[in-house]
Amino acid sequence: MSDEVILLDVYASMFGMRVRIALAEKGVEYEYREEDLGNKSPFLLQMNPVYKKIPVLIHNGNPICESLLILEYIDEVWKDNKSPPLLPSDAYHRATARFWADFVDKKVFDLGRRLWTRKGEEQEAAKKEFIDALKLLEGELGNKPYLGGDKFGYLDVALVAYYSWFYAYEKCGNFSIEEHCPKLVAWAKRCMKKESVAKSLADPIKVYEFTLMLKKKYGLE
Amino acid sequence: MEESSSTSNSTSNKGVKVVGFWVSLFSQRVRWGLKLKGIEYEYVEEDINNKSPLLFELNPLYGKVPILVHDGVSFPESRIILEYIDQFWPHNPLMPLDPYHRAQARFWAKFADEKLLDPAWFVLNLEGEDQERAAKIVSVHLEKIEEMIKGKKYFGGNTIGFLDLVLAFIAYILPAWEEVASIKMVDPSKFPGIATWTDNFLNHPVVKTEYFPPKDQTLSYYKCRRHELLPLYKSYGNKIWTYIGTQ
Repeated sequence: MSDEVILLDVYASMFGMRVRIALAEKGVEYEYREEDLGNKSPFLLQMNPVYKKIPVLIHNGNPICESLLILEYIDEVWKDNKSPPLLPSDAYHRATARFWADFVDKKVFDLGRRLWTRKGEEQEAAKKEFIDALKLLEGELGNKPYLGGDKFGYLDVALVAYYSWFYAYEKCGNFSIEEHCPKLVAWAKRCMKKESVAKSLADPIKVYEFTLMLKKKYGLE
Repeated sequence: MEESSSTSNSTSNKGVKVVGFWVSLFSQRVRWGLKLKGIEYEYVEEDINNKSPLLFELNPLYGKVPILVHDGVSFPESRIILEYIDQFWPHNPLMPLDPYHRAQARFWAKFADEKLLDPAWFVLNLEGEDQERAAKIVSVHLEKIEEMIKGKKYFGGNTIGFLDLVLAFIAYILPAWEEVASIKMVDPSKFPGIATWTDNFLNHPVVKTEYFPPKDQTLSYYKCRRHELLPLYKSYGNKIWTYIGTQ
C-alpha cells in the first residue's frame, strides 16, 4: 500500500517551504493544497483544530502540525530513502540543531515580521535586532559549508526558507542583508543550488508582492 | 534547595550537572528526567532573580535555567534537554517509539509551554475580570489536555514519559498558583482525567523520590511574585491579550 501524503500550505509561507524542501529531499510524492488564510478550508480546521495554521502534513490520514516537528517526522518516517538524514545522528549535534532552529522560530520570524509591518523607530529597532540575530546564526555557520556541517541538514532547512523573504525585508527596511551578513547570504546561495531548495522556495518578488497585499489589506502602509 | 553529589559508575555518566532554580518547573522536568534514567547528577542552584555570570557563560543567548552540563558541554531549554537525555541514555525511553506519537508528544509539549503556561502565569499575576478572563483561556486549553488523558494512566501510556514531565506543572505548580491567587484553574469536577493523572504522577515511585520544591516555600515565593507583578501587569492593560492571544 502506498503512502498518501497531503500538504496543506501557503505559497509564500517560509514554514511551508521548510516542509516542501524536506519532502523533496526525501523524494516523497505528495499532494500540495494551497490554503487561503482569509478563508480557511474545513479540512484545515479539522486537521489542525488547535492552531488552525499551515503547514499541516497529513500522512495516511494522520495530521502532523508545526513545521519543525514535521521536519523531524519526515526524517524519522522516510529514513531509508536516497538522501542522508536531515537531523544529525548524535545526541549533542541533534540538541544543538534543535536549539538553533528554536532560536530561528523565536527570533528571526518575529523580528522579520516587525521589520516589514512597522515603521520609523520601531522598524529601525527591529532591523538592528534582526541583523544581530542573523549574525549569531552566521557565527554558528562559521567556516562550514552548511549549518548542518558538511551536509545540508535540518537547521539549513529551518533557516533557508527565510531567504525567499530577504528581498521583502530589504525593500521594506531599506537595507542590504548581504552587506551585514555576507557569509550567511553566500550560504543561502549555496543551498539554492540544491534542486530541493530551488524548487521549494517562493519567488522573492512574489513574496514582496504578498507583503504589499497584506499591508494594504491590514492598513499597514 | 538541595545539592546531591555525583557518584557515577559508568564513564557516560561522568560530569552531569544541572544548573537550576529550586522552584523552577522547567528545572524540575530535567531533574525528574535524569532520575527516571537513573542518572546521578550534581545540582547547582542559580538565583534567577539575581543571575550570576555563570548563567550567562553557560547560556549566553537566554541566560535562563535549566541548563544541563554534560562532559563540559552545556544544553539549555528543558524540552531539548529531555530529548538529549533520552537519546544519550536510551534505556527507560521517555519519548514514544513511533514517529507519529513522537510528533504528537512534541506538539503537546510545545502547546503546554506556549498556550497553557502563559495564561496561567497571568492568572497568578492579575486580579478581577482580567484574572477571570485569563482563567477561562486556561480552562479552554485544559479541555484539550483532558481529552488526551482519557483512558490512560499517564500521557506516555502505561509508563511515565516526556509529555508527563513537561505537563507536570499542571499537577503541582498550577495548584500552588491557584492557592496564591485564590482562583480555581484545574477544577477536578471539570477535569476528572487530569485529577486522576495528577495523583498517579505525584505518587509515581520515581517521581516521589526525587527532590520536590517544598510546598510552603513554593507558596511564599509565588505570593511575593504576585505582589511584585500585579501592578506591573495591570499597567500593561490590553497588551496582555495581544500577547496571550484570544481564546
